[in-house]
Amino acid sequence: MSVVVGVVVFPGTNCEMDAVEAVDGLGGTGRLLWHGDDDLSGVDAVIVPGGFAHGDYLRPGAIARFSPAMEAVTRFAADGGPVVGICNGFQVLTEAGLLPGALQKNSGLKFLCRPTTVRVESSNSALTVSAMVGAELSIPINHFEGNYTCDARTLQQLRDEDRIVLRYVGNPNGSIDDIAGVCNEARNVVGLMPHPERACNELLGSTDGAVLIRSLLAAAA
Amino acid sequence: MQFSVLVDIRLRGGISDPAGATIERVLPVLGYEGIADVTVGKTIRFTIDAVDAEAAQAAAAELTESFLTNPVIEDADLTIETVSPGAGT
Repeated sequence: MSVVVGVVVFPGTNCEMDAVEAVDGLGGTGRLLWHGDDDLSGVDAVIVPGGFAHGDYLRPGAIARFSPAMEAVTRFAADGGPVVGICNGFQVLTEAGLLPGALQKNSGLKFLCRPTTVRVESSNSALTVSAMVGAELSIPINHFEGNYTCDARTLQQLRDEDRIVLRYVGNPNGSIDDIAGVCNEARNVVGLMPHPERACNELLGSTDGAVLIRSLLAAAA
Repeated sequence: MQFSVLVDIRLRGGISDPAGATIERVLPVLGYEGIADVTVGKTIRFTIDAVDAEAAQAAAAELTESFLTNPVIEDADLTIETVSPGAGT
């Protein structure tokens, strides 16, 4: 039986079908989960996808984190279930306190939508378990608030605990320490600003994201 | 009693503020000189029922910290005023 990945949909989410397509294309089964449901329907992993949940009003992710689905995701994560937040999903996970830090506006003042190169810094996370440390992947970004920040103590902790899983090669947005993705202490919750689900098909110009989605499927199996 | 609450939210020092930077950059072009430290924040206003000003302050502060701001990147000041005294006071 294939791994079932739940993809949480909030009002304003717009990358859910990209995530489902990527999962399905790699042998898993993507299943949409409505934000109002306090039930993950027995999925094996969760993706909180990109978009503008609740219009990004107040702050990106600030309202989405109070959704019944996020309470279920929080319990799922606490039980060790693999959870990945992509772009807006990363913002939701930081607001929910499942990941440290916050995403501030890009330092270059612009909304950025273009391919970036990210380097795998740790293969010890739910999103990178099948990837090689040092591998450079071409994966697009699409955000205005993707400039990762945290206090000095948190940054030191992330470094010491090998929790910076992806770094930009050529920092596009001002993120502290070139951080593109981080994981939690238990390494089952990962957030990243780049969109691996948009780099899983030759038609989209890169298949480098596939190794990350495949890692999630492996972590869930 | 009912109190009005004004939450004045601003980005913490060092946090990227593209709106503030853009406004500041255009000021000399428009002929405004000597203006610096432009920052753009947001204000949120609401009313709250509470037994007294202290309780209103505590409730508004809790709301501000847990939901209205992200303490990693934002600071906030609260201004609380009495709107209407409760019955019998």
